Amino acid sequence: MRIGVFVCQCGTNIASTVDTERVAEAARRLPDVVYSTTYVYTCSEPGQQEIQRAIEAYNLQGVVVAACSPRMHEPTFRRAVEKAGLNRYMFEMANIREHVSWISNDREANTKKAIELVRMAVAKLRFNQPLFPSRVAINKRVMIIGGGVAGIQAALDCADAGLQVVLVERKASIGGKMAQLDKTFPTIDCSSCILGPKMVDVAQKENITLYAYSEIESVSGYVGNFTVKIRKKATYVDWTACTGCGVCMEKCPSRKVLDEFNEELSFTRAISIPFPQAIPKKATINPKYCLHFTKGKCGICSKVCPAKAIRYDMTDEVVTEEVGAIIVATGYDLFDPSAYGEYGAGQYRDVITGIQYERILSASGPFGGHIKRPSDGKEPKDVVFIACVGSRDASVGRPYCSGVCCMYIAKQAILTKDHIPDSRCYVFYMDIRAPGKNYDEFVRRAQEEYGVQYIRGRVGKIYPKGDRLVVQGMDTLLGVQIEVEADLVVLATGIEASKGARELAEKLHISYDQYGFFMENHPKLRPVETNTAGIYLAGACQGPKDIPASVAQGSAAASKVLALFARDTIETSPQVASVNERACIACGKCIEVCPYGAIRWKELKGGIKKAEVLATVCQGCGLCNATCPPKAIQLQHATDNQILAEIEELCA
Amino acid sequence: MFREIAYYPGCSIEGTAKEFDESVREICKVFGISLREIPDWNCCGSTPAHIYEPLLSAALSGRNLAIAESVGFDKVMTPCPGCLKALKGSLEAFRDPTKKEDFLRILNMPFEGRIKAVSIVQFLIEDIGVDEIERNVVFPLEGITVVPYYGCLLTRPPKFAEFDDPEQPTSMDRLLGAVGAKVPHFPFKTECCGATYGVLRKDIVGKLTGRILKMAQDLKADAIAVACPLCQQNLDLRQGQVERYRKESFEIPVIYITQIIGLALGIEPKKLGLHRLAVKPNFLFEMSRKGKENFVLEKQT
Repeated sequence: MRIGVFVCQCGTNIASTVDTERVAEAARRLPDVVYSTTYVYTCSEPGQQEIQRAIEAYNLQGVVVAACSPRMHEPTFRRAVEKAGLNRYMFEMANIREHVSWISNDREANTKKAIELVRMAVAKLRFNQPLFPSRVAINKRVMIIGGGVAGIQAALDCADAGLQVVLVERKASIGGKMAQLDKTFPTIDCSSCILGPKMVDVAQKENITLYAYSEIESVSGYVGNFTVKIRKKATYVDWTACTGCGVCMEKCPSRKVLDEFNEELSFTRAISIPFPQAIPKKATINPKYCLHFTKGKCGICSKVCPAKAIRYDMTDEVVTEEVGAIIVATGYDLFDPSAYGEYGAGQYRDVITGIQYERILSASGPFGGHIKRPSDGKEPKDVVFIACVGSRDASVGRPYCSGVCCMYIAKQAILTKDHIPDSRCYVFYMDIRAPGKNYDEFVRRAQEEYGVQYIRGRVGKIYPKGDRLVVQGMDTLLGVQIEVEADLVVLATGIEASKGARELAEKLHISYDQYGFFMENHPKLRPVETNTAGIYLAGACQGPKDIPASVAQGSAAASKVLALFARDTIETSPQVASVNERACIACGKCIEVCPYGAIRWKELKGGIKKAEVLATVCQGCGLCNATCPPKAIQLQHATDNQILAEIEELCA
Repeated sequence: MFREIAYYPGCSIEGTAKEFDESVREICKVFGISLREIPDWNCCGSTPAHIYEPLLSAALSGRNLAIAESVGFDKVMTPCPGCLKALKGSLEAFRDPTKKEDFLRILNMPFEGRIKAVSIVQFLIEDIGVDEIERNVVFPLEGITVVPYYGCLLTRPPKFAEFDDPEQPTSMDRLLGAVGAKVPHFPFKTECCGATYGVLRKDIVGKLTGRILKMAQDLKADAIAVACPLCQQNLDLRQGQVERYRKESFEIPVIYITQIIGLALGIEPKKLGLHRLAVKPNFLFEMSRKGKENFVLEKQT
């Protein structure tokens, strides 16, 4: 084989701590290497042309590039060699940047290690074979997991483009957190008034199949052909019959059920429709409180239901959907402020969270839109807002900024002043973070037009005094301790990954960060893709986000799906396992270990059984290869011969 | 139940907080706990040591722990939260890989770090248990309102203390509840008493201690229960000073939690050192006397 080696300097990224000339020089002496050189930016257009020129000039049959991680540029170089007439698998990359130059300043040791990596790559390349991808058809249906505003936007965009959409929502209604909000910053428009029509659109689009009150059970398959099992949780109401009239809810005698939608500030019934604008507008029985389930009697809802929709014997049902792409938009949860014992959340009834205050402000909330405090229903005159509760605080494991709290505090303070003109609002903050369009102006309005008192400093303690609360804190601009007496304290609780995010990530084979937010493929350049092909992200499941950003990412994810579906088939990677039937002893171990169900039995003439790999299902993990006793099953492009050649070279 | 544990009294216990020591020893007797003083124990270095150099503080307390460990103890109890913090500080230095080597070099004694340091409150909660205390109550403190004051060090810093909630502790609340007292939520249970500023800046202690006393008074507390010699000194001994500073009267007895528990267990007030308090807990003397009479009467009938 005639091999060419190209050692990249990556500007000074590699060259400053690796003697690239020496690496190229060493490569020249390796067997089969007929050409070796260095280049300042190999990935650049002229860099790629240099490779193509050398392939032609020296009649190269294989190419090694010693540069950065293959994650970014392996596809670039594979394309480059392909254009020059080589098979794209006759190319190897040695990572001398992330694995060498960036981790040590010892030039001598770095150079030695870089040479070793190049030697390994050349040794492997000598056993490479041209490989050819196959093509499979794409199933042009898309699944969206999560029916908050990001998921709704993605669903509508995909549906508008004519795709069949499957939308799966864990709760009984779509709408997510946005449905709970009163007004939205910085325009103070009514949240449910702008979200409501979109929710109705979801219900009305014929090409959207909505599974509410459902969760993802399992996911298998690969880009273009996923199989998803969905658990439709038992609602005990036949939703095809239920008309959402609400008679059952009116008559239900179990009245002490804390209303989740109202953040437990009010009670609902054991059979309920989550909120007036719910989509779907259907009733669900909560068996924890339903007298039929707890005491074995009652049955009133069943008697009063005009549609005869009550089904006490309903059980969970698992349905299977086949889709070609998945958008994950599972949103977020809010930090539990009881971690801050000094604030007394959960202990003092008038210390509430930001989302609870949204419900109080909302016309559909527990007090019909009149600001009242939970303890005694009095109208508060002094309202204190505390920023960064569970944000930017490493001591509670939340060192990141939640990004939305500064804005929603300003909004809530403005609304408080609108509702109660003679009220006084105080905001304890660390800094104001308002970088969005018209955001800083909005905060300034709260301060200047509405006279909200902004106090820079942390609150150390909240304690009751009579029927009021004393907020004790520090004004770090004045350098004094201050105490503010309040009727109501609102804790701006931060955003955290939604409960169950980690389990879902494992089902989807996507990664998540240390806080449970899903990882994008590249923090700057691939913010919507995950590292699993065909699975995309939208909204706060990827990190704290406000409504405009969530909507934008919902649309972005939809456009990624449309781009994928613009083709009829996709190439599958040929880097998959294959069976040498002559060596296969039909022990079946590979079938047992394969995590993707990609290997099955095949019967030859005379009833002889052999293992067979389904190339389109195989993910190339190599478990079968490691397990196979006679090594009959080999992973293409990482065969035993190739790996042994690398090891031998390293140990030589 | 008979058990022997290592006891580290510290300096306050031998001086201003003698009644703390007396009451701790008395109630431990009831539960069959034998307290064995660490032989040849030394000063924990208190505030000056850890301000000057945390490793000095760690090494000073490390010596006491090393001796206790060499005698064969796996637990050392101290009534003083200041000493406790120093003891836990040396265990932290031992655990911290960046400090461990220096700590052991300065200590220059065999030390395995197996030993655990606990406060009397932690010991009562974890080793004796609220239920066991409740079972042994002879004179319940019915009708008496007591607010628990934890001070700053009993549950903090959380990394060292590893006991109760640092901001909203409940262990003393539970102990007081077990002996029958009425325990309202005390919002200032962990507010600063001014600590050693009692000597340097009377105004600071006047202000800070005054707030705590005022809150107790507003909650109609008959007494404040404490578990720290320094808190007790600021709230009790300096109460007159605070009253003059704030120009108002409190007259709230500030009693060690062990004295209150001891009384409920039927121990003589004198043995618990209740007479040593600056603000006299007359209602407790009365209660103890009456309780005894009733008790005797009950026995006779």
